[in-house]
Amino acid sequence: MSLNLKKWFNIKESLQMLTDVDSSSNRYQLFQRNIRVLMIVLTIVPLSMMALINYHQYQSSLREEIINPETLLANKTKHSFELFMKERQALIKSISSFYSFKDLSDKKTLNHILLTLKKEFSGFVDLGLISGADGTQLCYAGPYNLLGKNYAEQSWFQEVMLKGTYISDVFMGYRKFPHIAIAVQRYEQNGQSWIVRTTIDTTLFDSLIAAMGLDAESDAFILNKDGIFQTNSRLYGEVLEHCPLKIPMGGHATYVDERKGPDGRDIFLTYTHFTYPEYTLVIVKPKSTVLKTWYALKSDLFFVFLASSILIVIVVFRLTGIMVNRIKEADHNREMAFRELQHHHKLSSIGRLAAGVAHEINNPLAIINEKAGLIKDLIGYTPDFAQKEKFSTLVGAILQSVSRCRTITHRLLGFAKRMEVEVETLDLNELIEEVLGFMEKEALYRNIDIVLELAKDLPRIDSDRGQLQQVFLNILNNAMAALEDEGRILIATWEKDADTIAVSIQDNGCGMSEETLRHIFEPFFTTKKERGTGLGLSITYGLVKKLGGDIEVKSKEHEGTTFKIFLPKKSIT
Amino acid sequence: MDRMKILLVDDEHEFVTTLAERLELRNMNVSIAMDGEAALGLVENDPPQIVVLDVMMPGLSGLEVLEKIKAIDSKIQVILLTGHGATKDGIRGMQLGAFDYLIKPIDIDELIEKLNEAAKSMA
Repeated sequence: MSLNLKKWFNIKESLQMLTDVDSSSNRYQLFQRNIRVLMIVLTIVPLSMMALINYHQYQSSLREEIINPETLLANKTKHSFELFMKERQALIKSISSFYSFKDLSDKKTLNHILLTLKKEFSGFVDLGLISGADGTQLCYAGPYNLLGKNYAEQSWFQEVMLKGTYISDVFMGYRKFPHIAIAVQRYEQNGQSWIVRTTIDTTLFDSLIAAMGLDAESDAFILNKDGIFQTNSRLYGEVLEHCPLKIPMGGHATYVDERKGPDGRDIFLTYTHFTYPEYTLVIVKPKSTVLKTWYALKSDLFFVFLASSILIVIVVFRLTGIMVNRIKEADHNREMAFRELQHHHKLSSIGRLAAGVAHEINNPLAIINEKAGLIKDLIGYTPDFAQKEKFSTLVGAILQSVSRCRTITHRLLGFAKRMEVEVETLDLNELIEEVLGFMEKEALYRNIDIVLELAKDLPRIDSDRGQLQQVFLNILNNAMAALEDEGRILIATWEKDADTIAVSIQDNGCGMSEETLRHIFEPFFTTKKERGTGLGLSITYGLVKKLGGDIEVKSKEHEGTTFKIFLPKKSIT
Repeated sequence: MDRMKILLVDDEHEFVTTLAERLELRNMNVSIAMDGEAALGLVENDPPQIVVLDVMMPGLSGLEVLEKIKAIDSKIQVILLTGHGATKDGIRGMQLGAFDYLIKPIDIDELIEKLNEAAKSMA
């Protein structure tokens, strides 16, 4: 697998493969794929890394920014609570200091004090004086009839006697609404001890929590050290119920915790412990609200990453497509040029050879011609002799053979050294019709349909009439040879572009194999066996090239052949 | 009419002697030269009416000989024989004042025809 991958990404190898002239399209596909994979990897990997680094950086910095306000809020609220408690505690302490036991034993005074407290400070419900000796309520001001109630057995009484001050957890007690009790012990100089106790309505806690200005999704509440609600929770229960969230106790800092709530939601927990009483303030916010900005940023980040990735992929695909096509085109052009050069080279070397052979043969041929001619002359000038007739026939045969040889050498020489170009302005349509004149009879006789689709306003071109005639004659001869009787030849002319006009000659004859097609313009290549020299199309090719034009051929066996000839409007010579 | 006086110039001995014999059979006065120098000597000493001149010869080429003949006597008509299928030499020769050119191997009837035309043009 790793070896395979190595091979896959071996760009050098794929480049190597492209240097071969015979390049199949499969190779280009492979090359294209490799380049694409490479480019995408080279671009996406750093992009992903950058995105990942950004993600983490943003996450850590944003976390700080998100946590800070939460802890601030928790601390602020904690302070408000502590202040609230301390204030109440201090008040009760002051009262126990400012007033004597005697003063407080007076119900009137006690009532007056409670009234003043209620007026100046909120939350006070009642006020009582309790004997330190037996825990009996000695005097009471408030809405309930609690005078004479004995608290000696209650734990808070023990605690206040021990510590001198006490703040209770929230409880319902006799009063049937949540409140806390604050008690302060005082010693008289005579050793007598007494306790001032007040209860405070904890609905005030709710207003402190409300002052935090939390949204509807969020919640804040106070728990005692046993995890019992000291205030109502919007999400998790009423006051004095047990909180389903496990909050770790101890520690003096403000803590932040992310967890799943009992209802399965992801929540963001901020909590802080009070020093006294041992309460814990808990702020619960759904993670989605807290991390809204982070989520927004995250999705932005993701979107940017996705968009740039898509863009990169598109650009890479487009770019490599264009690049590979360019390479393909360049290769193709090079190959074509190479083939043309090869062909040209072949033609010229064969041409030289042909000229040499023809010239060497020509001289002895001329001698044979003259010798035989002389014999013929002598036979002619001599009166009848035995076998005169026979000699005459023999000499005639020699001369005929010489003549045939001469045709061949002339053709060879003609191939080697074609006539000079004589340029004139001519109408190609007219020229084609002229050439067709030579073939009319044969076409008529063989019932071949010749269809003309000549462009009406074809521009006149500068070219060589004789050579063009030869070109079209050659091609039309080939077309006729390829056709069965009752075939069809379609000749069309059109203006290809500003500089070129085109002619196509299409037959529905026997067509050619690919092998034949490859050699069609080579000299001495023939499929006509004895009937052809194999020079026709190579001469045609040479002529068209010499006239600055181009020729191409397409053929399918049993379907027909199409020759296309492109000629420049202006002569290149 | 006098016998036509013709000079045949060709380096190929067999060719030139045979052709001379054939022309003589047709009642022509034929002399031969195997190269350019000899031909020019003959033209100076015994000027012919018409010179049949091979283009491809060792030493002086046919075209050079043609120029010299024309320099000696522009009235002497020259018919060129070209070994190549190339018309280039023929056309060049015509520009230099040759009457016409024939491509080897030649057809005797064609040569006779040209000779007659050349002779006629001189008259």
